[in-house]
Amino acid sequence: MQGVKDCIPTLLGYLSIGFAAGVIEMTAGLSLVETALLSLILYAGSAQFIAAGMLASNGSALAIMFTIFFVNLRHLLLSAAVSPYFRHLTPLKNMWIGSLLTDESFGVAMTRAIGKERLSERWMHGLNITAYLNWFAANMAGAYFGRWITNPERLGLDYALPAMFIGLVVLQLVHRKNKKIHIHVAIIAVVCVIFASMASLGSMSVIVAAVIAATMGVFLERWK
Amino acid sequence: MEVRWDVFWIIMGSALLTFIPRVLPLMLFSKIQIPMWLLRWLEYVPVAVMAAMIGQELFMSDNQLVPITHNAALWASLPTIAVAIWTRSLLGTVLVGIVAMMILRYWMG
Repeated sequence: MQGVKDCIPTLLGYLSIGFAAGVIEMTAGLSLVETALLSLILYAGSAQFIAAGMLASNGSALAIMFTIFFVNLRHLLLSAAVSPYFRHLTPLKNMWIGSLLTDESFGVAMTRAIGKERLSERWMHGLNITAYLNWFAANMAGAYFGRWITNPERLGLDYALPAMFIGLVVLQLVHRKNKKIHIHVAIIAVVCVIFASMASLGSMSVIVAAVIAATMGVFLERWK
Repeated sequence: MEVRWDVFWIIMGSALLTFIPRVLPLMLFSKIQIPMWLLRWLEYVPVAVMAAMIGQELFMSDNQLVPITHNAALWASLPTIAVAIWTRSLLGTVLVGIVAMMILRYWMG
């Protein structure tokens, strides 16, 4: 139950992004059932936006899948980073945890994991499943009611995602023991992602920036 | 209410390609001992990934730096960060961010 509770602050973020995803999938010409399948089986916001956008512009199936794969490669990092906290579980149980891992549930889990050796499987499922159901509901609501909201940006709804990440990073930073190094890592990551984007690395930018920044963190730790 | 076959297979294919990177490290590392250097490195990954995503959201648009005078998202991040530090509440942070963005958009036209 605590996992369900810990998920609540992220629900608003999910709701607005999921809603937006539903609206966009609808306008891309997807049916209600197709939208439902997207949110239930693919379950990845950025991937759903890409799928909708590319389907609308008649992208080839292979190109769509290829793009989505690269955008979601960052999950390798997320999955690897939570893995130390679930080593007490079997690979099969870890598969279930990983299958519902998102940027948000990752952020919440890592904030809870600070100072801990392991995370509870039940807590993580509570968090993951709450997020999953909420995401599905938001997608369906967006697909259904979307026709009446002409401009979600006017309401600032598109800012829910960056705001949530800002909150998650700040929460991470205030709880970490070696704050200084983490703050440096964050700044390096921001600078790197700007350069990587300008170099047109596209969806690889975040991964490249994160790998460089995390590596710098390990070096900074040595020099200290 | 229909599901087109090509759409169905695109969904299944991309779902599988999303599933693998999500699950593989978690499954692998529950079996294999994680080397110490990798653990040290992984400690910095969360902040690095999230900061990079924020950086891309706040500063970039179509691989271009957004000019600071036209960057509502960047200005909205100031009250958002302040609230995050003071209240340490995720929900409060998101709400303030959305409201700040709404006001700034209205202002900047």
